[in-house]
Amino acid sequence: MELFSLAIRSIFIDNMVFAYFLGMCSFLAVSKKVSTALGLGAAVIFVLTITVPLNWLLNEFVLKEGALSFFGETFATIDLTFLRFIMFIAIIAAMVQLVEMVVEKFAPALYSALGIFLPLIAVNCAILGGSLFMAQRDYTLAEATVYGFGSGIGFFLAMVALAAIREKLKYSNVPNGLKGLGITMLLTGLMGIAFMSFMGIDL
Amino acid sequence: MSTETAEKAIIVKDSEALLSKRRKKLVTDPLVDDNPITIQVLGICSALAVTTQMQPTLVMALSVIFVIVMSNLTISLLRNKIPGRVRIIVQLAVVATLVTLVNEVLKAFAYDMYKELSVFVGLIITNCIVMGRLEAFALGNKPYDSILDGFGSALGYSWIILTVAFFRELWGSGSIFGIPVFDYVSGLFGEDFNLATNGLMVSPVGAFIILGLLIWIQRSKTGYVEN
Repeated sequence: MELFSLAIRSIFIDNMVFAYFLGMCSFLAVSKKVSTALGLGAAVIFVLTITVPLNWLLNEFVLKEGALSFFGETFATIDLTFLRFIMFIAIIAAMVQLVEMVVEKFAPALYSALGIFLPLIAVNCAILGGSLFMAQRDYTLAEATVYGFGSGIGFFLAMVALAAIREKLKYSNVPNGLKGLGITMLLTGLMGIAFMSFMGIDL
Repeated sequence: MSTETAEKAIIVKDSEALLSKRRKKLVTDPLVDDNPITIQVLGICSALAVTTQMQPTLVMALSVIFVIVMSNLTISLLRNKIPGRVRIIVQLAVVATLVTLVNEVLKAFAYDMYKELSVFVGLIITNCIVMGRLEAFALGNKPYDSILDGFGSALGYSWIILTVAFFRELWGSGSIFGIPVFDYVSGLFGEDFNLATNGLMVSPVGAFIILGLLIWIQRSKTGYVEN
């Protein structure tokens, strides 16, 4: 039940895009068409669900203060948390590369659908943000997995919804200066208000 | 992303003045005409989250200036040594090291600020402006030019987020840099006169709307139209 509540919270209330502005770059750049938005969204869910628990393991057994104590007494006081950024980003980049290779080999159809998005994901703030929030909030392994999956779904929903609106937007008469990024920002703001209605829900 | 600046870069003669016209353009272009946020749509990720108050925004802006300038310099110095296939990893390693440095300095000398910015300092690593400048400029240009280019882009980013923060803090909390302006103004006109703050400005929604309007104003001025 606890996990379910966490999932709902990470999808709707603590939405990556509307509550923390994470992954905005690709959110804005790839949300012009629903089909591409679906592709990137799926890739984000995939990578988040893998990297957050992996980074949890890394954090728990290598980086945390005293995490290395299984090597012996002298290692018990070592605190490697300052290496967090560089290790997390290395894991993410490596995982993205690995996922890309595996998908290419075993699911060529999926690869051609996700193809160009996978490398982009290594520098997506939502992925690194997911891992950093996980470390900051002291989740357990199960919670970390659910959190990664939930935030991925949240990002996916936000992105597909925005893409659907932008496809319709083509037929409306937007002032010149507001075309493109301007109107998209305002739209995102309005969608943010809609998502705010989930606030305060306690499961 | 922006390839224009890379194309613009021409081979520089050794005798070029320290701040020649071309070099000045490297710094001034990203301020308005080629602004990383409003025109190129980069680096919005970490920018908006910290802009509820002016002070953390200023710290964030300074951190980004430091990271962009130093990483541009490092990559530019290494540009002939980095094999093309692993360049992304090399760039990430350089940027992550610089960001770790910033993070540790904040932790040691400004702990409150460190707590307030929380994960967003770390997210400078994935700030698209940093990677964008490295890819588009530093990989193909000399160190001094790269420093100027990075500095220009970072300034363009900084003034936008500071402007957003100014309005969000003024309307959302009624203060500027923590100084309660609204209380002061209300005090001037007596007790019945009250300036109300707008809670929406403090929430993420305010950031989106202010930035959207800012982009509108700026693009109407420069006449830039996205198709």
